[in-house]
Amino acid sequence: MSERVAEAFRAARAEGRRAVIPYLTAGYPSPEAFVEVATRLARRADLLEVGLPYSDPLGDGPTIQRASEQALRQGVRTAAVLEMVRALRERTRVPILLMTYVNPVLAWGGARFFEAFAGAGVDGVILPDLPPDEDPALVAAARRAGLATVFLLAPTSTEARIQTVVRHTSGFVYAVSVTGVTGARARLPEEVGALVRRIKAHTELPVAVGFGVSNEATARQAAAAADGVVVGSALVRALEAGEDPLTVLEAVRRGAAKPV
Amino acid sequence: MPVLPDYPLPDARGRFGVYGGRYVPETLIPALEELEAAYREAKADPEFLKALEYYRTRYAGRPTPLYFAANLTRHWGGARVYLKREDLNHTGAHKINNTLGQALLARRMGKRRVIAETGAGQHGVSVATVAALFGLECVVYMGEEDVRRQALNVFRMELLGAEVHPVASGSRTLKDATNEAIRDWVTHVRDSFYILGSVVGPHPYPMIVRDFQSVIGEEVKRQLLEAEGRAVPDAVVACVGGGSNAIGIFAPFAYLPEGRPRLVGVEAAGKGLGTGRHAASINAGKRGVLHGSYMYLLCDADGQIQPAHSVSAGLDYPGVGPEHAYYADAGIAEYGSVTDAEALEAFQLLARLEGIVPALESAHAVAYAGRLAREMRPDEVLVVNLSGRGDKDVVEVKRLLEARKGGR
Repeated sequence: MSERVAEAFRAARAEGRRAVIPYLTAGYPSPEAFVEVATRLARRADLLEVGLPYSDPLGDGPTIQRASEQALRQGVRTAAVLEMVRALRERTRVPILLMTYVNPVLAWGGARFFEAFAGAGVDGVILPDLPPDEDPALVAAARRAGLATVFLLAPTSTEARIQTVVRHTSGFVYAVSVTGVTGARARLPEEVGALVRRIKAHTELPVAVGFGVSNEATARQAAAAADGVVVGSALVRALEAGEDPLTVLEAVRRGAAKPV
Repeated sequence: MPVLPDYPLPDARGRFGVYGGRYVPETLIPALEELEAAYREAKADPEFLKALEYYRTRYAGRPTPLYFAANLTRHWGGARVYLKREDLNHTGAHKINNTLGQALLARRMGKRRVIAETGAGQHGVSVATVAALFGLECVVYMGEEDVRRQALNVFRMELLGAEVHPVASGSRTLKDATNEAIRDWVTHVRDSFYILGSVVGPHPYPMIVRDFQSVIGEEVKRQLLEAEGRAVPDAVVACVGGGSNAIGIFAPFAYLPEGRPRLVGVEAAGKGLGTGRHAASINAGKRGVLHGSYMYLLCDADGQIQPAHSVSAGLDYPGVGPEHAYYADAGIAEYGSVTDAEALEAFQLLARLEGIVPALESAHAVAYAGRLAREMRPDEVLVVNLSGRGDKDVVEVKRLLEARKGGR
């Protein structure tokens, strides 16, 4: 299934644009509404990132943290997220990436967790608090389950870290645009282009830029150097405000189609 | 010249057995590598060690006394009981041993801004203190619930020039303050130094905090030799939340090739281990990752972190340092627990018998020491780490005792 992730990037490139990857928190604003919104967004997306709500999301900013807390209050746990992914898989063929923290994976046991999600239709996994060399066995378990293992690199990453991280990465590399947590920002720092170029010097894998992409301008900026853009907090914020997240996604698509 | 210790663990990957490691966003990995290198350099630099020694003795008030508690010894009728008086440190607890060390490191690394998390406020006050001392900008994260409960410590930090940020997410306590401090660090990693308050967090923090705290146990060795003619007691008792005061007194004994004393860590059993309202990560938790480290912690079957409870806000943490997790598995130390009610009894007992009002954290150690001392022979020696003083807790204890008298 991990091959479907790389294929999604190839297909976008063939159309002369960057891949667009919306993020949503599973079970937010409710389990039913999540599946419905995710299905709608998937029609206008190349890949879909689904976050498993977690009590202590170290890498997330306030918007996604609030969404996680609300989902948890409604009793959304790992088994429920599996059901939502299954429901989603019946409605869309877009590759699904599961974003989660290490502890929910360890609580189920790596192999059991990854196999369950692969079985439900997930194509890849993103673990923001796992530097891949910290637990190579866990990374191997995800690969054995057939999942792409997408790891993050940051503006602070040294050449040595880039080499180490891309060695464990499959599908694509997730470049974090800023030092910081997830969240919509008015502008991305100039250094994001330099980071993507540094990563590309070490790998043939596609590189997607995330953190801070919120509208057409930031998407265009991210797309300038990268093969894909991830948009998360801006979508969740739209849901929170009772607005249609599709409007945000369309703006991001325009930016990603016309990189500077 | 003081020497910072060289213990055999953690290994090169920052592990104590299977515990420890670095489970943090990739953004922080270079900063952790930089911190580890800077610490190893500082450790070998006589100038750094000289400065550490200077501030420990002239500013913090070390060495703290090892006091023979004659009344307590008589009362329990067993082992000879000594109290290691960390409550007599500047700012009222062992926390200053670590914050002085880390602030000196921050200064050496050219960082002008320090970040900290705090629960009851003791670590926050201690960080605000050293930040004032060294002219560093200081930001402290504290759960909204703790801000309310510890208003006086908030004022104290502000008086010292620190900016206190209330944290409204999650359980609004120490766990969430720690998340927020780490998020701040991820964002300002290039110019900020995170002064972590216990032997938790990603490598190299559990090692660095342990090394700075081990001055406690090293002093016990010298002081006991003077008092009893032997450096090693028969038993050592200390309370364990994250576990920094306990590691500070345990580590100098834990790696002895032979003749190791009985090391006993005391966790907060809160309302009771069976009630689900406690903070006993080793006694009633499971293995997992919290705040960057693999350790014992309180979480449900899906890995969601559960809130901890203790009458003592300082023990109210759902995890325990990786070195303690290792000691527990390897049988180097044993871990017991004490309930809120037992800690309150011990709090009053020490005040009445010895004229010392202990921190509620330390009262857990005193309560357990009572059980242990009674089983020991009168020629045996028991050392209790009195990690802090109880000024911060008297209002809360008054409230609890009056509620109890009211028949509730």
